[in-house]
Amino acid sequence: MIEFRSVSKQFPDGTLAVDDFSLTIPSHRTTVLVGSSGSGKTTLLRMINRMVDPTSGAIEIDDVDIASLEPVKLRRSIGYVMQNSGLLPHRKVVDNVATVPLLRGVPRKTARADALALLDTVGLDRALADRYPSQLSGGQQQRVGVARGLAVNPNILLMDEPFGAVDPIVRAELQQELIRLQTELGKTVVFVTHDVDEAFLLGDQVVILQEGGRIAQIGSPADILANPANDFVASFVGADRGKRALHVERSDGRDVLVDSDGRLAGVLVGDAVPGQARVTP
Amino acid sequence: MTIFGAAIAWILDAANYTGAGAIPGRVLEHLGFTFLTLVVASAIAIPFGFAIGHTGRGRGLAVAVSGGLRAIPTLGLLTLVALWIGIGLGAPYVALTVLAIPPILAGAYAGFEAIDRGAIDAARAVGMSEAQILGQVEIPLGLPLLIGGLRSAALQVVATATLAAYVADFGLGRYLFSGLKTRDYAQMLGGSILVVVLALALEGIFAMIQRIVVPRGVATSRLPVDRARSARPRPGMESAITKGNR
Amino acid sequence: MNWAWTNLDLIWDRTIDHLILSVPPIILSFVIALPLGWLANRYRLSRGVILTASGLLYAIPSFPMFIVLPALVGTTLRSPLNLVIALTIYGVALMVRVVADGLASVDVDVQRSAVAVGFSTWTNFWQVELPLAGPVLLAGLRVVAVSTVSLATVGAVIGAQSLGSLFTDGFQRGIQAEIIAGIVATVLLALLLDGALVAAGRIALPWTRLRKTSKVETAT
Ligand SMILES: Nc1ncnc2c1ncn2[C@@H]1O[C@H](COP(=O)(O)OP(=O)(O)OP(=O)(O)O)[C@@H](O)[C@H]1O
Ligand SMILES: [Mg+2]
Repeated sequence: MIEFRSVSKQFPDGTLAVDDFSLTIPSHRTTVLVGSSGSGKTTLLRMINRMVDPTSGAIEIDDVDIASLEPVKLRRSIGYVMQNSGLLPHRKVVDNVATVPLLRGVPRKTARADALALLDTVGLDRALADRYPSQLSGGQQQRVGVARGLAVNPNILLMDEPFGAVDPIVRAELQQELIRLQTELGKTVVFVTHDVDEAFLLGDQVVILQEGGRIAQIGSPADILANPANDFVASFVGADRGKRALHVERSDGRDVLVDSDGRLAGVLVGDAVPGQARVTP
Repeated sequence: MTIFGAAIAWILDAANYTGAGAIPGRVLEHLGFTFLTLVVASAIAIPFGFAIGHTGRGRGLAVAVSGGLRAIPTLGLLTLVALWIGIGLGAPYVALTVLAIPPILAGAYAGFEAIDRGAIDAARAVGMSEAQILGQVEIPLGLPLLIGGLRSAALQVVATATLAAYVADFGLGRYLFSGLKTRDYAQMLGGSILVVVLALALEGIFAMIQRIVVPRGVATSRLPVDRARSARPRPGMESAITKGNR
Repeated sequence: MNWAWTNLDLIWDRTIDHLILSVPPIILSFVIALPLGWLANRYRLSRGVILTASGLLYAIPSFPMFIVLPALVGTTLRSPLNLVIALTIYGVALMVRVVADGLASVDVDVQRSAVAVGFSTWTNFWQVELPLAGPVLLAGLRVVAVSTVSLATVGAVIGAQSLGSLFTDGFQRGIQAEIIAGIVATVLLALLLDGALVAAGRIALPWTRLRKTSKVETAT
């Protein structure tokens, strides 16, 4: 469990990136921080592994104040995946994955063997192990990034827009892969994105942020869609328009679902008992 | 071409290989002087350059100081220092060390600056200590540009060491000056050829080292067609840093 | 600094000598480097040959260069022409690479669209590539100017008159002030020519005034 207690962060240049932020992030679940650019998502995420230290307030991991932990040691126990992978260009894929275990003193042979196994885990061909990052596609690099994040078998995995720089098809693939991984591994994942669809797809708990890290709403995707806390949330998640604002129309004796633009979104199947209806797109 | 013939004859003349001021001795003096100057200048410039590149602080000052030093004509500095500390090797050592510092300093910090910030940030985020980031990420990735800086410093030192024979009795420059004085064009030209060969040899060696130290993963790219191109360090970068003054 | 005041005439004369030695090479190296740089940027083979050759020429120390040139091209050792040729060689060696890189930096899309709207290779070069590479070329030319002014002083050791003569003369007669005056005058002259180039650039490349200084400029 990760807890933010009244955390604020003001950068030296005066920017108040996060203002009095409190949040509990449950273990073994995926929590997604979503918000527009500059809302403080990255800052919040990087406070968890002390890449950024708060100006006030405290962050606890399993009831230990992380301010009392040595940053380098803390970081080695937390997985971190970022946009554009951040791989070391002069090291082969397998060595990139093994970076942190080697830093922690795991013998070279073991570290490499573990790294190869991790390539399987993230769905990469072992044949790529001896390539350099520049010889991989963007999607493959991102998978290597995820493998590196998992290499120390951390309890916590921080992901900052990890799929932000790949094309939509690869992104969808990587998202499904992450869902599969998470059902297997059950890490405490903190995931940052500005894509609402991605947030709803991956998040058990979704936190919608506004400027300065102010929380607009916290809840499961269903909660948020069903009961947007305010107009900002409603418009941010698009509950009032497009493919999220569906209504039932009758056509040929069946119920069909139509979005706010009048486009057909699907049909209602099964008995139309409220709460049991399934939508097939 | 008879002039060149005479110069070659002078280079090959057995009389120039014995006694005081023999060619092998002069070549060694010239090389030894260049090497020692580079070592001392590196010992001063590289730590500063790494510190500037790693922290990102002090860059403005470094650029200003290097720029100022580069604008100073080498012969002026050499003669001025020689007047201060007298005839002999002291003045060339001081003057040339000062001249060799800017390119090495620039190569050191520019090498770090050319590294993708994301890679360094990620290295820190996964738990590398600052020393590990320096040793395992920044230095290997910044090495090609540092060698580039050393390369231009070496060229400058070899060239100016020739001039240094004006204020001290040493190195290949002696042949040029004594030939000038006695109007012995064969000796002058022979000496010049030796200096040119030495400079080109150094240039070749440094060019090779610079290629070798480009890390594999940076040199290789996906398409074989691209390979030849990306194997060299970025030309634009290099010319801005390493050229400029001699 | 009394020496400088009582010898202003001498300093002035040497400054003129220095200008005569250094201004022609700056202009010549630009004019010669343009076609060579274009050629280097155009074909792979010519690129390798031209850039390697210019790299090697640049590696030749100046003092030996002044001595070798007369044997090669028949100039007189102490003549201004000998120095002008040598300094031009260095300028071209530096500038060719800048021209090649500058032309390579011109946006491919811009070039394609220029060809698409009907520019010939010739007009495309003069009206699109060259102006767009302008800021890079200017930055390179500024480096050439400063280094040529500094390098011209070396001619003094073979007896060619320039501000460098103040160094050799001051050294032989033990007058520190003369050397310092020479250094100051050389640096000022370099700054002056550099400023003139910046001003010329503002006139020739008016659109760059809108932008901040280019990256190459600050790097040098
Ligand atoms: N090192 C820094 N120094 C000064 N200001 C910063 C720094 N890092 C972030 N900021 C500012 O803090 C605010 C929050 O930034 P942050 O990177 O956390 O936003 P974000 O939600 O991750 O945005 P994005 O979606 O664009 O990544 C922004 O206004 C940003 O400009
Ligand atoms: Mg961010």
